[in-house]
Amino acid sequence: MRYSGFTLISQALRGHTGWRPAWREASPKSTYDVLIIGGGGHGLATAHYLASRHGINNVAVIEKGYIGSGNVGRNTTIIRSNYLLPGNTPFYELSMKLWEGLEQELNYNAMVSQRGVLNLFHSDSQGDAFARRANAMRLAGVDAELMNLEQVRTMLPFLDYKTGRFPIRGGLLQRRGGTARHDAVAWGYARAADSRGVDIVQNCEVTGIAVTDGRVTGVETTRGQIKAKKVALAVAGNSSRTAAMAGMRLPIESHVLQAFVSEGLKPLIDCVLTFGAGHFYVSQSDKGGLVFGGNIDGYNSYAQRGNLPIIEDVMEAAMALWPALGRVRLLRHWGGIMDMSMDGSPIIDHAPVQGLYVNAGWCYGGFKATPASGFCFAHLIAKDEPHPVAAAYRLDRFATGRLLDERGVGAHPSLQ
Amino acid sequence: MRKQLHRLNSGGLIDRTQALCFRFDGKNYDGFAGDTLASALLANGVRLFGRSFKYHRPRGLLSAGPEEPNALVELRTGARREPNTRATVVELFQNLEATSQNRWPSLGFDVLSLNRLAAPALVAGFYYKTFMWPARFWEKLYEPLIRRAAGLGRAAAVEDPDHYDKAFVFCDVLVIGAGPAGLSAAVAAGRSGARVIICDEDFRLGGRLLAERRQIDGRPAADWLAAILAELASLSEVRIMPRTSVFGLYDHGIYGAVERVNDHVAVPPAHQPRQRGWRIYAKRAILAAGALERPIVFPGNDRPGVMLSGAVRAYVNRFGVLPGREAVVFTAGDGGWATVRDLTEAGAHVAAIVDARSEINPESKTMALRVGARLFAGSVVEATHGGQALRSVTVRDASGKRARLACDLLAVSNGWNPTLHLTSHQNGKPVWEETIQSFVPGRLPPGLAVAGSAAGRFTLAEALRDGARLGREAAVEVGFAAAAADPVPATDAETDGLAPVWRVRGNRGKAFVDLQNDVTDKDVELAAREGFRSIEHLKRYTTLGMATDQGKTSNLAGLAIMAEQVGKAICETGTTTFRPPYTPVAIGALAGHHRGKDFRPVRLAPTHDWSREQGAVFVETGQWLRAQYYPKPGEQDWLATINREVLATRSGVGLCDVSTLGKIDIQGSDAAEFLERVYINGWKTLPIGKARYGVMLREDGFVMDDGTTSRLGENHFLMTTTTINAAKVMQHLEFCHQVLWPELDLRMVSVSEQWAQAAVAGPRSREVLRRVVDAKHDISNEAFPYLAAGEITVGGGIPARLFRISFSGELAYELAVPAGYGDAMMHALMAAGEPYGITPYGLDGLNVMRIEKGHAIGTESNGQTTARDLGLGRMMSSKKDFIGRLMAKREALVQADRPSLVGFRPVDTNNRLWAGAHFIGIGRAAKTENDEGYMTSVAYSPNLKHWIGLGFLKNGPTRIGERIQAVDPVRNGEVEVEVCSPIFFDPEGTRLHG
Amino acid sequence: MRIACPHCGLRDVQEFVYLGDAAPQRPDGLAATEAAMFEYVYLRDNPRGLLEELWYHGVGCRAWLVVRRDTLTHAIEYVGLAKSRKAGAAA
Repeated sequence: MRYSGFTLISQALRGHTGWRPAWREASPKSTYDVLIIGGGGHGLATAHYLASRHGINNVAVIEKGYIGSGNVGRNTTIIRSNYLLPGNTPFYELSMKLWEGLEQELNYNAMVSQRGVLNLFHSDSQGDAFARRANAMRLAGVDAELMNLEQVRTMLPFLDYKTGRFPIRGGLLQRRGGTARHDAVAWGYARAADSRGVDIVQNCEVTGIAVTDGRVTGVETTRGQIKAKKVALAVAGNSSRTAAMAGMRLPIESHVLQAFVSEGLKPLIDCVLTFGAGHFYVSQSDKGGLVFGGNIDGYNSYAQRGNLPIIEDVMEAAMALWPALGRVRLLRHWGGIMDMSMDGSPIIDHAPVQGLYVNAGWCYGGFKATPASGFCFAHLIAKDEPHPVAAAYRLDRFATGRLLDERGVGAHPSLQ
Repeated sequence: MRKQLHRLNSGGLIDRTQALCFRFDGKNYDGFAGDTLASALLANGVRLFGRSFKYHRPRGLLSAGPEEPNALVELRTGARREPNTRATVVELFQNLEATSQNRWPSLGFDVLSLNRLAAPALVAGFYYKTFMWPARFWEKLYEPLIRRAAGLGRAAAVEDPDHYDKAFVFCDVLVIGAGPAGLSAAVAAGRSGARVIICDEDFRLGGRLLAERRQIDGRPAADWLAAILAELASLSEVRIMPRTSVFGLYDHGIYGAVERVNDHVAVPPAHQPRQRGWRIYAKRAILAAGALERPIVFPGNDRPGVMLSGAVRAYVNRFGVLPGREAVVFTAGDGGWATVRDLTEAGAHVAAIVDARSEINPESKTMALRVGARLFAGSVVEATHGGQALRSVTVRDASGKRARLACDLLAVSNGWNPTLHLTSHQNGKPVWEETIQSFVPGRLPPGLAVAGSAAGRFTLAEALRDGARLGREAAVEVGFAAAAADPVPATDAETDGLAPVWRVRGNRGKAFVDLQNDVTDKDVELAAREGFRSIEHLKRYTTLGMATDQGKTSNLAGLAIMAEQVGKAICETGTTTFRPPYTPVAIGALAGHHRGKDFRPVRLAPTHDWSREQGAVFVETGQWLRAQYYPKPGEQDWLATINREVLATRSGVGLCDVSTLGKIDIQGSDAAEFLERVYINGWKTLPIGKARYGVMLREDGFVMDDGTTSRLGENHFLMTTTTINAAKVMQHLEFCHQVLWPELDLRMVSVSEQWAQAAVAGPRSREVLRRVVDAKHDISNEAFPYLAAGEITVGGGIPARLFRISFSGELAYELAVPAGYGDAMMHALMAAGEPYGITPYGLDGLNVMRIEKGHAIGTESNGQTTARDLGLGRMMSSKKDFIGRLMAKREALVQADRPSLVGFRPVDTNNRLWAGAHFIGIGRAAKTENDEGYMTSVAYSPNLKHWIGLGFLKNGPTRIGERIQAVDPVRNGEVEVEVCSPIFFDPEGTRLHG
Repeated sequence: MRIACPHCGLRDVQEFVYLGDAAPQRPDGLAATEAAMFEYVYLRDNPRGLLEELWYHGVGCRAWLVVRRDTLTHAIEYVGLAKSRKAGAAA
């Protein structure tokens, strides 16, 4: 059923008894053309684009728990395409364009809010590095503005400009960046995919990947064997474990990234802000909570929770940047498991096993990539060739040296 | 003093001799020391405390503790304004000022309460289904409206004037909660000599004992409490921390806690923090956090005057406040009956007891008769009436017959939920316990035990028994001898029969599950209908349990209604994860003093004072402050200063502090072999007394760092690193030695901070040094040529090291002395250089000169570039293995067209250059596909009298003389530049050897 | 988290720097192949459960440690000095 203000009002008059499930509770069929492992944002988006762009509807999304239970429901909701390297920028810009049309595409309000993303810089050399990035964005047709101190001050008068240990010198603003309601992205894609016949199978854990003569034939699950011509992994956080079922080792470590939300407050900040001298970023949800985060904890973990050193680090950065926050209270903090790749960039590629496709390595940037990741992964699965804007995300780039290391820290996931 | 109409004449743990006046919404009130803001307002007859989140419905007090969903206020004003503060946990202080929030224009008349007219459409998740058209209206119209209506209180707009402290403490046994279980545990552990910390979030210790009329060993519980507190105070290894919330359990027995040191006064005394964040490292911990009473979901359950029955007892017994004069008690178990007794004894009339159970025991019936209350067995309350305060309720009995009863208080009791939050902070899943119809702790984190109500053992007897046993066990487990155990005290009789009511269906009014987020039973039904049936989906779709109370009073009811909808048992539906913090924590308390200038430590070179005397402007380089330039009076701008410094150095002599460079002393018979393996170039041939420039790679083949290393002896090397990478290189070298090649015989130590170091550069530098270096050392060009390095003495026997190395391209030296002599060295060099016009120069001057010479620094070796990219490819030895050797050979890293380092100068020499510009062929469109590289560093060269730049360009070295555009769209720049050698000045290097 | 440094005792994790899996061994010497080095630098088992990993006590004794830690529970089973691991290493 179509969502609109009109349906909402007409349902209100009937006591909301006429709403139907946003997606069917499907049981797995015995065989599919494409089986996607992972009911997160990327897996669900892939299913939607397979069905809507490539006419491939005999698709199942298999999820171990409930859909959206991984990083799509645990992130800080930021969307942006402010990337430096030519292998990345067009991909994230495609994602931004898809975000811009997402509500209409899905008939679901994921509250994409282009409120602007501002990255602060604190020294001349950091400013030059930001200029390099901003120029790369402009060359790629992405909006970018370099702001001076006065412009930043006008926009965010409440930051510490007087006593800051690392004085604010300016910032890089992408006005089209912003936030989206993270859970709704998963639900919107699920509903749209379901409406085109995709089976969304929850509470079904994949326990094995069946490979015969170098070709994938299906998967073993806690709900029995499912055959599939093509199997696609979209299980960021657990990519290494799942890929190992097909005999692969990946250039990935799993790390925990914590996120934080404050109590609800009347509007305080209208953009997404990142603090270049400390690992800290903040925005405010429509409900009023400040949503913020920082660096990864820095050790391999599957625990979905972190520890105090990073928590304190993030709060220190918050206070250093925005000293009025002292009396604002932290309401909740939690952790997500990141696929930290060896160059900080993702993988969308064939696996060595025929019929197996890998979508992994999103580090802490997977949410913003959700639409383009699904779009390009669907393209790869349907056509067996990479989508042009995702052509750099090959597995072999680590062997050939065609790395996409935006931060220049090398093969140390804990530093990416 | 104003009359407190609802204050009892006697009783309670308030200090009636200490009256406190305070303000709420601009009106003055009086209370007593020992009150909370909530109890004091209640004593003054205030019923309306706040407005709900979505519908702006009037709300009163539900609870008397941290679980309060309704009574949120803005406490204090101005820079100290604290939004969303639960009135139930605010300790009253003189001149307290609080304001209601999320209402306009006033609490009594709130325009947005008109939302109730739209309420039929404002169901769970309505916003996902609308506001989609037209697309651009979202940011412009819909979202701003939603944002303004949403949110709760207003945060302060200016800097928090208070200080916060951070502290670390270690103990054997941490006891969380100072109720009967926690106190018993602390005493049992403390008596054995263990170091015990007992924390309670309340300002008064005793937990539920403060709120209940109970007997222990035949005497009032207060006597037992006084005795045990006295004993605890007498134990020297026991630390008692009231006003301290343990908010999180982290790995390996680390607990986060926040102590509200001065929240109970208007302004913290001078030099005292407002709050203190604690990290408590505990070998064992006992969670004795008690339990939280559950409300009942029924229509109209949010009207001011509907209160948890345990909270009613707390207000009566602890605070001496009568929350209502004509009460109805709605209970699903024995809990409500204690409230009947206490209310009656306090002088209220209980009009009716509505017990959902059909079987009522004879004693209870007798009590109902005695207090003159009507007894409705097997009945429920199905509606409440009144505007902003309760006036009556409708009771429905088992036969469906209804009765309307006038009352101004409805006490509700539906059993209790253990406060087990900390047990699930490490992914522990609570498990369903049928007998108490609640979740109890599941698998416990290592080192944690749970006592009393927090474990679902709700009676006082169990609390005392659990506490004593677990306290003793914990002390024994960490190595103390068990202290002699007292017999567990006897308690008066208690019953805890219960048949919970998960919701009452009715026709009139909304039945709230989550009071704060305005989630109703209908919203839960809608979520089930739409397929959001997983408990996490329910939470995320309806926002149930996501408010500031984290669902402390709502989660279970939501779960139970969902279970009913999907036809499952509650235990099959599962529970959501409780996430830290247990209760909201001020950001300031977690940040401590790390703000403003103290956000990160400041590192100062041993020559810092000298630089300051010279008028330096400093710049942050990592944690270091380094001199950027030394302006002289009358100099118009920064560029004039830099030009003067550069010209003075190139024509005479300049002095630059380089103390912050990393210095690593490496000694051992394998030291040279070690350098062979970590640097790309050769080291075994380096003679003693010589320095050499070296480049090291990361194992992935990209440049990590560079610097000079000098051989001071056969087995003794001194390495220098860049300032920014000093620690990283040290760690890397230790890795190479300890992990990769422990068989190599060497030791190394960082001596960065042990030596002050200065660069003396320029044609007159030798003459200056001659006057500082002791005469016995020959530093003539022949005796001490370019790249010479040696241990010398200066100033009459002070040990020093002299290196003839140059970053500026001039005849130059670096002189190092022990750090304590740094200041003296700078003064001595200035004095010695005075006849030659010695000029201090800073990082900016150095930067100009190194760009003139084409030397790469961090902006060029930015982690994305190889030695080959930097024009240093030929340094890579093919005769040995070294870190990064193989990965640097990967096909993409040796491609001819990789951007490589070259120089650039503007074709029109009046134009300035900008770092960060990209190179696009002349006549080509400024697009990614035409991007051929980028400018890394630029400077105005006062020697060449135009701007110069370094940058990476595809096939750079083969394109010398070519012209190209340096485009800079974000700064509206586009400059035609000529590609040139990166060495702009003295390309033959003759000055070095002068 | 806390790590029991063999030199310094039980210390907060903040004093340590993490590197990662301790299992991969560097293919040393001129005979080493690019393929072997690629595996060493880039490929990881990344197990969910016990992992032997390298930590550096940078704010303490500067020892590189091998720590056996469960990546799911964060429980630490063993801590030793990395330099003692290689046969023939000086103690």
